[in-house]
Amino acid sequence: MKQIDQQQVQRLKEQAREVRRQIIAMLGQAGSGHTGGSLGAADIVTALYFWEMNIDPQKPDWEDRDRFVLSKGHAAPLLYAVLAERGYFPSDRLQTLRKLGSPLQGHPDRSKLAGVEASTGSLGQGISWAVGMALAAKMDHKDYRVYTLLGDGELEEGMVWEAAMAAAHYRLDNLVAFIDFNGLQIDGPVEQVLSPLPIPAKFAAFGWEVLQIDGNDIRQILEALNCARLVKGKPTAIVARTIKGKGCSFIENKVEWHGVAPKGEEIARALAELNM
Amino acid sequence: MEKQATRDAYGKALVELGKKHQDVVVLDADLSKSTKTADFAKQFPERFINAGIAEQNMVGMAAGLASAGKVVFASTFAIFATGRAFEAVRNSVAYSKMNVKLCATHAGLTVGEDGGSHQSVEDIALMRSVPNMTVVVPADGVSTARAVSALYDMNGPAYLRLGRPAVPVIYDQDSPFEIGRANRLRRGEDAAIIACGVMVSKALEAAELLAREGIEAAVVDMHTIKPLDEAAVIELARETGNILTVEEHSIIGGLGSAVCETVCAHHPVPVVRLGVNDVFGQSGEPNELLEHYGLTVEKIVHNVRDLLRKK
Ligand SMILES: Cc1ncc(C[n+]2csc(CCOP(=O)(O)OP(=O)(O)O)c2C)c(N)n1
Ligand SMILES: [Mg+2]
Repeated sequence: MKQIDQQQVQRLKEQAREVRRQIIAMLGQAGSGHTGGSLGAADIVTALYFWEMNIDPQKPDWEDRDRFVLSKGHAAPLLYAVLAERGYFPSDRLQTLRKLGSPLQGHPDRSKLAGVEASTGSLGQGISWAVGMALAAKMDHKDYRVYTLLGDGELEEGMVWEAAMAAAHYRLDNLVAFIDFNGLQIDGPVEQVLSPLPIPAKFAAFGWEVLQIDGNDIRQILEALNCARLVKGKPTAIVARTIKGKGCSFIENKVEWHGVAPKGEEIARALAELNM
Repeated sequence: MEKQATRDAYGKALVELGKKHQDVVVLDADLSKSTKTADFAKQFPERFINAGIAEQNMVGMAAGLASAGKVVFASTFAIFATGRAFEAVRNSVAYSKMNVKLCATHAGLTVGEDGGSHQSVEDIALMRSVPNMTVVVPADGVSTARAVSALYDMNGPAYLRLGRPAVPVIYDQDSPFEIGRANRLRRGEDAAIIACGVMVSKALEAAELLAREGIEAAVVDMHTIKPLDEAAVIELARETGNILTVEEHSIIGGLGSAVCETVCAHHPVPVVRLGVNDVFGQSGEPNELLEHYGLTVEKIVHNVRDLLRKK
């Protein structure tokens, strides 16, 4: 259980803001990629890497490290920005996102970039990786923890619920799954496309501890992470209400900003808003 | 030269089909804007079902709908349609000969920047290996539209492989198109180039360049990979004595393999398979990737020259 003080919260907020700036710059340079879902989850992933997780960027293969799996792999720019900021690789590499030969693939590729724990991009598969990692920790009597982040649309994949069942069955209290509950997927609002609601009740029914927070509020994220450490005998799902595109007013909550990168004026405008 | 993405042609053809036939039902898995089924969804909302991000269930539902008399066109990206949902395609659709047309877009390397996780280079192999499956890989927008209506007319499961980027239109509206019948686009006695999909227009360009060197290469659009037009393959083998296959797919299990299997059994001649060399793709611009993996006009020219040297 870690002490949460206002100064730390402030520092993490600033860090998340920097991560968002990097996301915009990177996507602007790449000319394609997933803007909305990267910006929206920036607070969660920043909190994990800059506060919660026991990691050493100098030793990405350290066997006792905590693990993070980006199950919603299309938010790769977010993961890359955080890894660079945390010191896994020099941030000038962010400029190579999605370019031929770059280790920064359109979706995370663990064979190309140190720090990426699982190759994701096919929705629904990342949570199964995370369950496997948590199982390995139990087998080896290690106390590292495993974190994963899923999209709310991603919950429509049956595989997610197969993994959820397995995690509860094997009492994986070393596993925490964030659900990025932004209400949107590609074809529209999740409730119109194929409703995965109610999310908390589903995870509870599957045998998970469930916490509900505002996923763009750093303090609430830290408090939830602290709570999850107290849960014994079952995995924890943190259903995090977020605003897709958070931080850039013209991107926020717009379904059409799922899979396009900002261009020209848009880049300048987004960066200006993030500098305010 | 006029260009059109085969997925765009698919979207338009579906709307036309929907106007003509009440039994056409379209399914998608949260990618309707990309696969272009969104046009159909708008015109015929009561006959469109969004399965959400759940490809296995989409294919299972397609089988159920087909068993009740619907002609189902189900779309998502090729990697998910044939990969994620493979066993549902095999056991729910093909095993029972359900009238489901799996029409997948974003096939091959030309997916581009999304990277290797999204670039299916093994989908033809997967679909070809399943009994009862018809596999069609159209080269342009015109033949895509023809394929869509031909697939409607045919009862049974089929896989239609479509692409993301705009590609040159090579056919006229009145060009022949028949499932299972190869289209010979150019005559030539020196060598035969058998291509499918985006590589057909490149094969034509290559043949043009070769002709300037005095090499006459036949070019065939093998739009149907299964059932393969074996007669056409054997005839080409007899006429030219060597074959180059070209596809935006792994050299394992796709067009090249199908041609080899036929040639081996009926009229052995040297066959060189140009395709993705048993590796995964990666992020990059579509054309850059074709270049990087050797799927270019120059490579076709070079390989034909090589074949002739060995003759
Ligand atoms: C298995 C699979 N099917 C389809 C896709 C294409 N796809 C990429 S992102 C996405 C929507 C994801 O929505 P959500 O999970 O809510 O993510 P977010 O809103 O956080 O971006 C889809 C359908 C995919 N990557 N994987
Ligand atoms: Mg979402």
